Amino acid sequence: MEALIPLIPFLPFLGFVVNGLFGRNLSKTSVGLIGSGALLASFLLSIACFNQVAASGPIQVLWYNFFTVGNFQVNFAFLVDQLSVWMMLIVTGIGFLIHVYSIGYMHDDAGFWKFFAYLNLFIFSMLLLVMGDNLVMLFFGWEGVGLCSYLLIGFWYQNKEYSKAARKAFIMNRIGDLGLLLGIFLIFKTFGSVAYTDIFARIAGVNPDPAIITTICLLLFIGAMGKSAQIPLYTWLPDAMAGPTPVSALIHAATMVTAGIYLVARCNPLYSLSPDALHLVALVGLLTSIWAALIGLRQNDIKKVLAYSTVSQLGLMFVALGMGAYVSAMFHVTTHAFFKALLFLGAGSVIHAMGGEQDIRNMGGLRKALPITCWVFLIGTFAISGFPLLAGFFSKDEIFANTYAAGGRLWWGFAGLGGMLTAIYMCRLLFLTFFGNFRGTEEQKHHLHESPWVMTIPLIVLAVLSVAGGFLNVPHFLHIGTPQWMAHFLEPVVHNSNLSHGGAPHHLEESTEWSLMIFTTSMALLIIVVSYFVYAVRRSLPVADAEQTGISKILAHKFYVDEMYDFLFVKPIEKISQLLHYFGDTRGIDNLVNGVGRGVEGLGGQFRKLQNGNMEYYLLGMVAGAVLLFLTLYM
Amino acid sequence: MTLAVFLALAFVSVLFALLMVFTKNPVHSVIYLILTFFAIAGQYVLLNAQFLAVVHIIVYAGAIMVLFLFVLMLLNLNSDTEPVQSTKWKLGAAIAGGSLLVTLVGALKGGIQLSMPEVSNSQVGLVQNLGRVLFTDFVVPFEIAGILFLAAMVGAVLVGKRDLNV
Amino acid sequence: MLEVVRTIPIDYYVYLSTLLFCIGVFGVLIRRNAMVVLMCVELMLNAVNLLLAAFSTYLSDAQGQIMVFFIMVVAAAEAAVGLGILVMIYRNTKSTDIYLLDNLRN
Repeated sequence: MEALIPLIPFLPFLGFVVNGLFGRNLSKTSVGLIGSGALLASFLLSIACFNQVAASGPIQVLWYNFFTVGNFQVNFAFLVDQLSVWMMLIVTGIGFLIHVYSIGYMHDDAGFWKFFAYLNLFIFSMLLLVMGDNLVMLFFGWEGVGLCSYLLIGFWYQNKEYSKAARKAFIMNRIGDLGLLLGIFLIFKTFGSVAYTDIFARIAGVNPDPAIITTICLLLFIGAMGKSAQIPLYTWLPDAMAGPTPVSALIHAATMVTAGIYLVARCNPLYSLSPDALHLVALVGLLTSIWAALIGLRQNDIKKVLAYSTVSQLGLMFVALGMGAYVSAMFHVTTHAFFKALLFLGAGSVIHAMGGEQDIRNMGGLRKALPITCWVFLIGTFAISGFPLLAGFFSKDEIFANTYAAGGRLWWGFAGLGGMLTAIYMCRLLFLTFFGNFRGTEEQKHHLHESPWVMTIPLIVLAVLSVAGGFLNVPHFLHIGTPQWMAHFLEPVVHNSNLSHGGAPHHLEESTEWSLMIFTTSMALLIIVVSYFVYAVRRSLPVADAEQTGISKILAHKFYVDEMYDFLFVKPIEKISQLLHYFGDTRGIDNLVNGVGRGVEGLGGQFRKLQNGNMEYYLLGMVAGAVLLFLTLYM
Repeated sequence: MTLAVFLALAFVSVLFALLMVFTKNPVHSVIYLILTFFAIAGQYVLLNAQFLAVVHIIVYAGAIMVLFLFVLMLLNLNSDTEPVQSTKWKLGAAIAGGSLLVTLVGALKGGIQLSMPEVSNSQVGLVQNLGRVLFTDFVVPFEIAGILFLAAMVGAVLVGKRDLNV
Repeated sequence: MLEVVRTIPIDYYVYLSTLLFCIGVFGVLIRRNAMVVLMCVELMLNAVNLLLAAFSTYLSDAQGQIMVFFIMVVAAAEAAVGLGILVMIYRNTKSTDIYLLDNLRN
């Protein structure tokens, strides 16, 4: 088994190389087969790994010594433990489904082979990120997924806006990466190693200053903020919807954005030592969760709504992390991967059917034309909203319960508010898109069609997962199946620690848990019913952008955060750049460089007269030189 | 006696060298240069380098200068075709040459300390001795000199060919 | 000990050859006829030869005179090739004026 582990990331890499180099000359079928086949093989190997890890604990594979500088040693080594094998399953499993879906979705695109090459490269990077046994490997993967994200967001680079979005994502991620890098440096300085096992083993021995631990945690969290789109670095994610829809599903919902969660969960022994850092993580997560949900309420682009929903859900995961409920966060990562991939792919199916239309005001009544898509979308929406017994119901409920237990009523209230808002905008999206009358053009109506089977089968699989995913980690008090199965599995690496943020009791009574669950569930059901009446029965439509007033206008403009960033950072930097360009570049360096050039040219023009081709002059010069030589030597 | 001969020969060589430089007619220049060479050959005899003196006469005066003369006559150069140098340039050349002389003499003024051997060998310049040194210590340079000659010969022939179709 | 070594200091030979050398340099500078320029070069070579021969005798060392032979070899080769080039130049320009030889300028 050990020998096969490097194959898991390198099979997709092989796919990338083959598709990237020869894809242009291969048929679309073979490109799709290579891309998806590599992923399927990785997925099967991951399942094998999972079985082995479940049976006999973590596997460590040292492939080779990457480099050694003094006592700084980095190995190209894989650590397949419960946490990483879990992530591997998500990445390869969801990734495989999305690859299959992409065969249908991207079928008419000229860059088909390029798309698959990038997707495979992305999977490779993501697998390195989760499988690496040290922070440097994680950083490789981290940067790799950043690069792939850039490539894929700007996939249709002919569109200026899209390449701008790609650049924005890249730069915002870079800001976060700086934090991560500094965090890694500090970890090395403190613990003398970058390998997880060494770091965690040395915590007790080194016994560092709590302030240093907090600094490390915060720096790592800055990296996580960038990658997982938290306030203030979240604005790139909605813009990242410029990429093809499978990309949004794969990168910006299911896998890459969870890298931040993974990082914090992986470093949980550090975070558990720093209540301050955890507190901040929870606070940022909570703010992001509500903030993004509010914006999501008034977006009319089907993918933008889902994007803000992703940001919001990621916020919720960080709340869970901040509460020390690492398992709950990982649980939500899993279920979120199922239903958010489902929703994005469903949205892709809708966009496919609508011929590129993304504004939900021009949709409606698609239920009849796209029955499968409609049903799976409905399942996804209900799952994310917390409909009983669907995936999101269990994972969100667990987060809420842990928040209540660790943070008290206030935290619980706000986290719950974020959850409610999620239900509201998701139902709005669902009912506006699939119910009511069709509001698009005649041409679009004529064009409407259900997607081909390569697209619907992944949707159905994901829908099944969205329904069943919650049973991975059923709470104790429900007494269904194996309670807390996932928590047990992850126990050796991550476990919910009992951290108190508000002095509330750590362990909840069953009755409390029941009442919390009943409250949130009834709220979710109420919202679903009310939105059905508002959007499907009364068919109230969002007004045009220009007519919006007051709060909804602010929400539609995403709290003007982009404009604010533009004003606060982009514009001043541009101004400074222009000044520097004028004074530093044009006046200073250019003049200096050109001046040197002109000086040499002028001097050369003078010297050129010496080179008149007349031998006599040369001889005279030679004699003069000899005289000078003798003078300096003997006088 | 020896000093008188040296001074006379030195005077003759310098005089004819100057004449060679200043004469308008190139043919006369050649003649004056040959005379200078003869004076230098006299110096060689004075220095007890008889073989050198003979070779000098044969090679320089007999071969090289005759070659010069042939070329001169071939090209039919005389004082009429002689290009005239401008006065300004002549002055510059005189200054340059003069300062070189002054500098060199100044550099040599300190005198030359030779660690001369106690017993000098008067046979140094004789054929027997030179031949032995030439064909023992200097046999490789000697052969290389032969190759140089060959190269010069080929070069001269190639340069002199009217139509080069090589 | 040779008569010449006893009566004439080596400095005399040095000054004489310096003088001859400088006359050669002066001639190279002042004359425009390539023919005469070549002759002046020969004169300079001879000045050096004389010096070598003088040192050879004063030091009772044959190596100096051997060097003279090699210089003669080089001089002869140089004269042969140089005159060949000169003849070609004359054929093309109908002159031996080195002022005309400014083809290197462009």
